[in-house]
Amino acid sequence: MNHTLAHKSAHDDHHDHGPHQYKGIIGFIKRWVFTTNHKDIGTLYLLLALFSFFLAGAMALLIRVELFQPGHRLVDPNLFNQLTTMHGFLMLFGVVMPAFTGMANWQIPMMIGAPDMALPRLNNWSFWILPFAFGLLLSTMFHDGGGPNFGWTMYAPLSTRYAPPSTDFMIFAIHMLGISSIMGSINIIATILNLRAPGMTMMKMPMFVWTWLVTAFLLLVIMPVLAGTVTMMLTDRHFGTSFFEAAGGGDPVLFQHLFWFFGHPEVYVLILPAFGVISEVIPTFSRKPLFGYHFMVYATICIALLSFIVWVHHMFTTGVPLGAELFFMYTTMLISVPTGVKVFNWVSTMFRGAMTFETPMLFAVAFVFLFTIGGFTGIMLALVPADFQYQDTYFVVGHFHYVLVPGVVFALFSGAYYWLPKWTGHMYNETMGRWHFWLSVISVNITFFPMHFLGLAGMPRRIPDYALQFTNFNVVVTVGAFIFGFSQLLFLGNLIYTIRKGKKVDAQVWEGATTLEWTLSSPPPYHSFTTPPTIL
Amino acid sequence: MLKRFNTVKQWLLSGLMAMLVGPVSAGTAPDQWQMNMYKGVTPVSQDIYWLHMVAIWVCAAIGLVVFGIMIYSLIYHRKSKGYKPASFHDNTRLEIIWSIIPFVILIGLAVPATHILARMEDSSEADITIKIVGHQWKWQYEYLDQGISYFSNLSTPYAQIHNQQEKNAWYLLEVDKPLVLPIHKKIRFLVTSNDVIHSWWVPELGIKRDAIPGFMHETWARIEQAGTYRGQCAELCGVNHAFMPIVVEAVSDKAFKQWVAAQSNPTPEEPKIMTRNALMTLGKQKYEMLCSACHQADGTGIPPLYPALKGSSVAVGHPISRHIDLILDGVPGTAMQAYREQLTNEEIAAIVTYERNAWGNNTDEDIQPNDVAQARKELERPAIRVKQAHAGGLQ
Repeated sequence: MNHTLAHKSAHDDHHDHGPHQYKGIIGFIKRWVFTTNHKDIGTLYLLLALFSFFLAGAMALLIRVELFQPGHRLVDPNLFNQLTTMHGFLMLFGVVMPAFTGMANWQIPMMIGAPDMALPRLNNWSFWILPFAFGLLLSTMFHDGGGPNFGWTMYAPLSTRYAPPSTDFMIFAIHMLGISSIMGSINIIATILNLRAPGMTMMKMPMFVWTWLVTAFLLLVIMPVLAGTVTMMLTDRHFGTSFFEAAGGGDPVLFQHLFWFFGHPEVYVLILPAFGVISEVIPTFSRKPLFGYHFMVYATICIALLSFIVWVHHMFTTGVPLGAELFFMYTTMLISVPTGVKVFNWVSTMFRGAMTFETPMLFAVAFVFLFTIGGFTGIMLALVPADFQYQDTYFVVGHFHYVLVPGVVFALFSGAYYWLPKWTGHMYNETMGRWHFWLSVISVNITFFPMHFLGLAGMPRRIPDYALQFTNFNVVVTVGAFIFGFSQLLFLGNLIYTIRKGKKVDAQVWEGATTLEWTLSSPPPYHSFTTPPTIL
Repeated sequence: MLKRFNTVKQWLLSGLMAMLVGPVSAGTAPDQWQMNMYKGVTPVSQDIYWLHMVAIWVCAAIGLVVFGIMIYSLIYHRKSKGYKPASFHDNTRLEIIWSIIPFVILIGLAVPATHILARMEDSSEADITIKIVGHQWKWQYEYLDQGISYFSNLSTPYAQIHNQQEKNAWYLLEVDKPLVLPIHKKIRFLVTSNDVIHSWWVPELGIKRDAIPGFMHETWARIEQAGTYRGQCAELCGVNHAFMPIVVEAVSDKAFKQWVAAQSNPTPEEPKIMTRNALMTLGKQKYEMLCSACHQADGTGIPPLYPALKGSSVAVGHPISRHIDLILDGVPGTAMQAYREQLTNEEIAAIVTYERNAWGNNTDEDIQPNDVAQARKELERPAIRVKQAHAGGLQ
């Protein structure tokens, strides 16, 4: 949609209040704890995500150290299991979800021409639950008996009858994370449906807003399912129920059905906003409108709907009947059609554009390449007979890390570099950005591509020690992981550089950008659009 | 550090060589740079391999087209080359075409997958049935027709896992008693678990089946080639998930019959008196193999989940029969399983002796196989007899 956007209430009328801050540390704390401003809260979300990214990344490196060589090295098996569990939880709930919620907070009001989010106090609460939830979750590592050690998938009865006592803290932390996500989603839906500027019809909304609208609905459906599931775990553990206990008439596989009914749409909660970011960045740097906007919207909705009827593909080896295996194989394969439409549209957007390759675009192009590779292995995994060999091996680990690291995380970097000049009013360091990109894109492939070989050669996932024949590729993976991990410090450095020393930028940072936020000054006023812009 | 770097360099070089020369034929030694799936030795595993290769080539072809177009525009459609952007942004016909083409390709993949799957799920008319029970962290095999039942434990010594000894060629993929199977017979496996979920996976047989407590699922194999096939538990099942391998010995029908015959008359265990030294040596070995995952090699455990044995009331207190009973019957609903069927009197006596004298538990007490035999007898209570059955319950 090539609609021209103009912001009438141009620049001289801002009696910009700015954040209200009293003096001293108390004043500082009060400002950030009580803030209801969408930009402040967005910043808080993003900083939390960045902190968790380095923490969960450090856990991944510990895992890789242990796997560098066969034999017991640094972490014992119980700690290893805790690290894989916590790495999973943190990366999903602590990095990707808060980071995209932070971007949504910053961007959605600016992109639809609103002054702020629809429910600012709810917004504050959604965020401030999180540090406590993660505090609780991380504290389990220091409990007697250790933290949760059964993987982030929490399969019963390993997570119920055989689990450490700290599991109850994990359950409560998940409840809190769920409340936060549900409130955040309600806020985003309310904002998008009610606060659009006059003339901004649904089919004129930027793709990032669309993907977040769909994501928010997904979250509303699945988070209560997860809450219910962990509550059943809790009652199985302490109140004598037997939901997941065969001896009492329950079924351990019921847990997996419930979990993956949450878990599969959750995958799309992670990837859909990434699609949104890429759909903003590619047109800007191709200087050409997004190809097939309407079909991109339909594809997003289609993916979201399909995501509810594919969950059994995570459990083909549990002994589900042939009919169910066939049904879920077909639906899973079907998902690749709308996903393919997305990829084809991005390629067509680039085709015959006038491209430049600043850091956001570099990450976006790498996203399209590498996410597609994750998509290919996804199709392979959908084929049930082959899945019997892939399931629970490093092939799966390779697959989902391709979708999540050079997929989602690269989209996050792309979005961060893209909007950082707008958010701070300063340009990031392009050279450092490029170094960050090239080191990341090379090392991410060294890290995750050999995992496919390991899985095919027979290495199961979630093992702290392995047979000698897997040594060589594990060495390669560990080397790649360390390069990747330490490359991310460049992003931190660039962030600090941008805030402190970055060159000042105009409102229109990128030549080809057409969405509403670029009509606002950089950094934008505290209350984004005090008078609604006119959409032509 | 330098030495390690050199070995890494050697690996990288040898890997490069291996990739150039091509995969080493499947001999006794495993391929250090194995990159692809095993073709396997059953019809099912070969079908799977075929499907896997077809899927790879289909994906590669699609990738070639999509990435080709993308790379073309990345090279030619740059602003720095003075390329002026086009302004097209919509084409319904194109959208429909690139929805339909993938759909057709997917049908092409789904049809053979469906056929293979239907064959895989048909375990009827089996010649032999074997029940596989997953335990934390070992497999139990029951030959239902032959009346044979035994446990299969990891045989890699503790010292190798802790880098105090050179590692065996089949480090972590070796067991004390492998599963022996005849070739050219349809073998049905009934898979279940005693505690948490495990997964019985042997890549070369094309089988991965979750072992779920309280449920029994079936799968099958017809092994076409004699040999040794190795696999591992594929579902996270607790601390020692990495340490419960599977080894299948596929032998000719004749050799299988001989093996069955040898199993059915085990030599009766003669009660004997063991020296402290013998008890401690065997005890340490068995302790490290079976107990140390939870109770730790130094006996400190992971409380409160896995209690410490060092200085515990069970391991240093009396009566000693309490200590023996715990090992014989376990603690229901915990990782502490009943070892009655898994261990001999000698082994239990050795473990108890070891636990009562290691890590400063200096009770200076020897437990002899006879003591265990006695405890076994005392615990064998007669089954509860129902005197009268009434409507509404038992009395």
